Amino acid sequence: MAIQQVVNTEPVSLEPSRPASHSDSWGGTRASSGARLIGARPARRRVWRNRASAFLIISAIVLTLIPVALILFQIALKGASTMGWTFLTQSLPFSVTKAGGGFVNGLIGTAIMVGLATIVSIPLGILGAVYLVEYGKKNWLATLIRFFSDVMTGVPSIFVGVFVYTALVVRFGYGAVIGAAALALIMMPIIIRSSEEMLKLVPLELKDASYALGAAKWQTITKVILPSAAPGITTGAMLAVARAAGETAPLIMTALGSIQLVTKLTGSPISSLTLLILNGARAPYEAAQARAWAGALELLVIVLVFTIVARVFASRSRLSR
Amino acid sequence: MRSVPSLSPSRTSSTGSWKRKGVGRRADSLFAILAGVCGTLVLIALAYMVFSTTRTALPVFRSEGISFVTGSNWDPNTDHYQILPLIFGTIVTSIIALIVAVPMSVGVALFLTEYAPKRLRTPVEYAVDLLAAVPSVVYGLWGLLVVLPFFLRPISNFVSKYLGFIPIFSGPSTGLSYFAAGIILSIMITPIITSLCREVFKSVPSADRHAAFALGATRWEMIKEAVLPRSRGGVVGATMLGLGRALGETIVVALLIGSSPVINASIFKPGSSIAGAIANGWGEATGLQTSALVGAGVVLFAITIAINMIARGIVWRFNRS
Repeated sequence: MAIQQVVNTEPVSLEPSRPASHSDSWGGTRASSGARLIGARPARRRVWRNRASAFLIISAIVLTLIPVALILFQIALKGASTMGWTFLTQSLPFSVTKAGGGFVNGLIGTAIMVGLATIVSIPLGILGAVYLVEYGKKNWLATLIRFFSDVMTGVPSIFVGVFVYTALVVRFGYGAVIGAAALALIMMPIIIRSSEEMLKLVPLELKDASYALGAAKWQTITKVILPSAAPGITTGAMLAVARAAGETAPLIMTALGSIQLVTKLTGSPISSLTLLILNGARAPYEAAQARAWAGALELLVIVLVFTIVARVFASRSRLSR
Repeated sequence: MRSVPSLSPSRTSSTGSWKRKGVGRRADSLFAILAGVCGTLVLIALAYMVFSTTRTALPVFRSEGISFVTGSNWDPNTDHYQILPLIFGTIVTSIIALIVAVPMSVGVALFLTEYAPKRLRTPVEYAVDLLAAVPSVVYGLWGLLVVLPFFLRPISNFVSKYLGFIPIFSGPSTGLSYFAAGIILSIMITPIITSLCREVFKSVPSADRHAAFALGATRWEMIKEAVLPRSRGGVVGATMLGLGRALGETIVVALLIGSSPVINASIFKPGSSIAGAIANGWGEATGLQTSALVGAGVVLFAITIAINMIARGIVWRFNRS
């Protein structure tokens, strides 16, 4: 409604080409007077073009919001009918065609792999960003790192999976650590780039104050710069975790999947929520698809919680650009 | 970087660890090296990625030669692997996705920057960001089990019935098709392109907008004359980044394209894409077929890197001017 008002009221008063005397030219019919219409036509065309474009833009937004509503609604609806204590605490049933059971093996697999990947990629990523902002700045190595971490965020995640297969799986077999390595490779460039943006925002005065107190550079970094950029860095890290938890493709060739509950870190294929959803979606059985919907609900809740908490951290950050 | 130590008063005072000169110095350079190594890890990882995958793909590059990318005979039974149909499918689905997603995204971004009142802006931005956070496997499940049977199949049946005389629309449609994969992809990349376009439109100075209004422009004329010309580079860059994402997307395409490694002129027929073929074929692949899938991954990597570099180049040039 508010949109409509903005669109309608604003331009009319600004029309330069509209003859002042012809205030009725808006409602005037084609047959009434040729001369009046010729004078009115450009203005009318402009106003209608303005309205048409506003209409198109509003239909774009409506068409974009329909999928949001549909996805959320259908996953909540179809997921909720299977979701329950059993689903959250049991592994797949002995036969996938049967109803019952759940995705706890996938949940644990996802937790293990994403957890390991986070432990590895967050410190490395933050230190990499510290190098870019505090040491490298504009030298050739920093420029190169910056450019290639941008490139790496654009690398298809399935290619990361293929790479980890050729580098690690052929030697060590499938396993949680291998899957985590793939996820860490996906998370690291995201963390580097988002942390870099945050570190850049730390005010120079803060650093100067620290140096003025006699702190060495590493002390300034660990005690002043990193703490003040912490909320922003946390945001980036949580978004990276959400991204990793939703990854499917690289796990196909690194974790492989398993129908059993696996807690070993190496030597045994392990499942993830995403792999179980993928298998359920492909299976031509009602029961398997129902479990996939419940799994999608579970995954969506996890990912959205991380995303929303990340936003909260972002809004709490006192550094702003 | 800065010669602060000579100025620092605490060096001469007697408080704690800050005073130990030698340790501080050494810790400083150690920390610098540590950070540098972490940053360089990205470069090492990327270089090793290219090396390791190319080495694994060598057998198929040797046995097929250049026809690996120019031939269209993908037949595991006779051990022939030529990936032109996969490249074709990757490009066609991405183009369909862009044709739908780019006008949508530009419309939504224009709505958010030029039309929406403040209290509507935040919820819509949230909703669009929500779409960006949904994992691809959830899109795949939803696309395959809901959108395909209830929307995409009827639409493709309808279009192929009445416009079937045009080769690209010829029927009978099969449901799983380039079209189905492309449409779900478009829903996936819309939020990415939208958020980039939003940044671009926001960066247009408001003085330009006021100037256009002052000259009597309607809102649409203001957008056309003041906002869009200034943002052309940014919108193209955003489109290319969306394209990079669409090219590498795996699960949605693997579930919806129908996995048949042939070139079909009609968008309503099944095909195959590089990422989809890797995900679908990995389980059964052995020997030369694994090598072929890895080789296909290398080609996909090369395509996405090229697209990403072009996109960054455009965005960079745009940012400087």
